[in-house]
Amino acid sequence: MPVYNIIQAVNDALRLEMKRDNRVVVLGEDVGKFGGVFRATSGLFDEFGPDRVIDTPLAEAGIIGAAIGMALYGLRPVPEIQFADFIYPAYDQIVNELAKFRYRSGGQYPCPMVIRTPYGGGIRGGHYHSQSPEAYFAHTPGLQVVIPSNPYDAKGLLLSAMRGEDPVIFMEPKRVYRAAKGEVPEGDYTVPIGKAAIVREGKQVTVLAYGSMIHTCLEAAKASESEGFDPEIIDLRTLLPLDTETILESVKKTGRVVIVYEAPKTCGYGAELSALIAEKALMYLEAPIVRVAGFDTPFPYTLENEYLPSPERVSVAIRQTATF
Amino acid sequence: MLAKGQPRPMPSDAETSHEMSHQGGQPYRILDEDGNTLPGADVPVVPDADCLKLYRGMLQVRLIDDRYIKLQRQGRLGFYMQSTGEEATHFGGAYALKLSDWVFPSYREPGIAFWRGYTVQDFTNQLYGNSADPIKGRQMPVHHSARWINLVSISSPVGTQIPQAVGMAWAAKISKKDDVALVYFGEGATSTGEFHVGMNFAGVGKAPCIFFCRNNGWAISTSQEKQTASAGFAVKALAYGMPGVVVDGNDLLAIIAVMQDAVKRARAGEGPTMIEARTYRRGGHSSSDDPSQYRDPAEVTAWETNDPIERWRRYLVKRGLWTQAIHDQYATEITEEMMTALKTAEALGPPSLDTIFSDVFAQLPPHLVEQQAELLNGPRPKTGHGGH
Repeated sequence: MPVYNIIQAVNDALRLEMKRDNRVVVLGEDVGKFGGVFRATSGLFDEFGPDRVIDTPLAEAGIIGAAIGMALYGLRPVPEIQFADFIYPAYDQIVNELAKFRYRSGGQYPCPMVIRTPYGGGIRGGHYHSQSPEAYFAHTPGLQVVIPSNPYDAKGLLLSAMRGEDPVIFMEPKRVYRAAKGEVPEGDYTVPIGKAAIVREGKQVTVLAYGSMIHTCLEAAKASESEGFDPEIIDLRTLLPLDTETILESVKKTGRVVIVYEAPKTCGYGAELSALIAEKALMYLEAPIVRVAGFDTPFPYTLENEYLPSPERVSVAIRQTATF
Repeated sequence: MLAKGQPRPMPSDAETSHEMSHQGGQPYRILDEDGNTLPGADVPVVPDADCLKLYRGMLQVRLIDDRYIKLQRQGRLGFYMQSTGEEATHFGGAYALKLSDWVFPSYREPGIAFWRGYTVQDFTNQLYGNSADPIKGRQMPVHHSARWINLVSISSPVGTQIPQAVGMAWAAKISKKDDVALVYFGEGATSTGEFHVGMNFAGVGKAPCIFFCRNNGWAISTSQEKQTASAGFAVKALAYGMPGVVVDGNDLLAIIAVMQDAVKRARAGEGPTMIEARTYRRGGHSSSDDPSQYRDPAEVTAWETNDPIERWRRYLVKRGLWTQAIHDQYATEITEEMMTALKTAEALGPPSLDTIFSDVFAQLPPHLVEQQAELLNGPRPKTGHGGH
C-alpha cells in the first residue's frame, strides 16, 4: 500500500473521482497547469484538460457563484479556495446562496459541491494564511463541514463528499499537509461523513479535536502517558453532521472533557461541543469541561506557536482535568 | 427625440456597441410611440399568433399587478412587488429563448415565468406561501422558483444570481450543449461586486450568458445617477470584452431583436452580451415603499404616456391583429383565472410543520430529527399559522 501525505491523498481522490464521473470539474485560482499553490490538483490539467480543470479569474465570489451555476446545471464542481482566509469574499455566495438553494427552492434545486480549502496556522502565514473559519460554516444550516486529519481520511472523506447530495466545506489542515503521512489504499474506498474516529483509546479524559490539532493532541498524549494519565482522543472528522453518539459514549465513560481547537475560543466550534455535553451528559461529568483554543485575537505572525494550542497546553489541560 | 431608423448595433461589432453605449440617450428602437416601425429598421419576424400571445402576456402581468397590489393594501397579501411599465423587458427576453435555456430572474420579471408555463395559480400559491406553494412557504412573496421551466430560484440580495448564471452558461459550454443562460438584474445591481465578477468570468470564459440589465431608473430611492459615473450601464460591457447594447426597454420588438442577436451569438460560441433596457419603475420598489417621498410624480406621469403595452397594442392595430373584442376576451380570461387562483390559494392551509426541516439537506441529519421532534412534541405558539 502506498504511503501518501495529505496532498497526495487529496490529489488521488480528485483524480479517481474525475475518472469515474465526468461531471466532476475542478475550478479555482492556479489549479490548472500549475496544479495549485499546494499542488493538490497537480497533473489533473494534463489528464483532464482545461474544460474540467479550470483556472479562474481571481475572485472567490466568482469561483463559488460560478460553481453554484455549474452544480445547478448538473455538473459536480469541486472549487478550491486557495486559503480559507480568502473565503470571505465568497461568504455571501456560500452562506446565503449555496447553503439555501435546496431549501429556498422547495427542494427543486439541490446544489451538491465540495469546496476544498486549506486552513489553519503553524506555517508562518500571518493573519491571512492561518485562519480557521469552520464555525461560520457549521453555524450555517445547509452546509456539511468536513475536516480530515490524515491521508487515509482525507481521501476517503473527499470521495464521500464528492458523491454526496449536499454542499460540503472540506477544510484541509495545511500545517500537516506534508507532515502527516500514512498508508492509503489504491483505488476506491470511502470514509463516511458524520462518523468520528477514536484515534487513541483511553479511560481517563475525553479529548475532542479535529484537523491538525489531532497531531497536537497525540503529542500531548505522549506527555500525559509518561505522567501516568490515559486520555482518549476523538477525531471528529465531520463537524456537521456531528457524531454525537461517539462523543457522548466516551464522555459517559471518562466523565472528563478537554476540547482542543485552534480557532478563537469565543463562539468557536468547541463552544458547541461544550454545550452539547452540558445538555446531554452533565450528570456524568466529574470535572469542568476545559477548552484549549486559539486566543480571541487576530492570528499573530511571529508568535504563532504561542498562540496556537500546543502539546504543552493540552497536556496541562489533560492533567488538570484528570486530577480535578 | 430618438433618431429614427438608426441601424441596430450588432453585438458582434464591439466598436458599434461601444459607440452605442456612449450615446447615452440613444437606445435602439424599432417601434415609435405610435407603434410604427421606424424606416429602415431591421424588424424581427414575429408571427401573428405570437404577437397576440405576447400582448396577452403583458396584459396578464399588468392586470395581476393592479389587482395584487390592492390586495396587499387590503391586508390579504403580506407583500408584493409590481413591474408596471417594465413588462416588455420580461417578454422580449422570454420570446428569444428556447424552453431548454435557463433563466435567472431577479424579483421583477414574472412575465418570463408565465411565458414559460408558470400558471397564475402557481404564482398565487407562492405569494400565499400555502401548502401548494412550489417552494413550500419558504420565501417571501415574489421569490419564485420553477425548475420544470428552467427558472432558477430567486434571491433577495441583489446581484447574487449574476455569477451563478455565468457558471450555468459555462457548464453548458463544458457539456457541449448550446443552452444559453439569461440573467436579469436592475441597474442598481451593477454596483455590486457580483456584477463585475460575473461579467469578468463570462468574458474570460466566453460563457453563453446574456446579462439583461433592466435600467428602470430607481433602486428603491436611489436614482440611476447615483449608481454610476459612466454614461449609462451597457458601456461597462466593454471592459469585460463583450458587446454592450442599449435598447428602448418599452419597445418589445426592439428587445426581441437585440435578444435574438445575443442568443445567436451565445449559441455560436461567440460569448456573452450585455443588454441595457431603458425603462421606468412606475410603481414603488415594493409594497413597503413610498416613492412620493423621493421622486417627482411628474416623472411617473411622463412615463405613463410611454407605455410598453400601449405601444405594442398600436403596433398590433397597424398589423390588423388587435381588436377591442380580443382585448376584452383576454382581460376576462385573465381576471377569471386570477379570481380562481386567489380563491384556491386563500382556501389552502399552510405547509405542514415538517417542511421547516426538510430540504435543508438531502436527508434529515440526526440533529434535525431531534429538533423536529422538539417542535412536534412541544407547545405551539399562539401566533402560529396552524400547520400540522
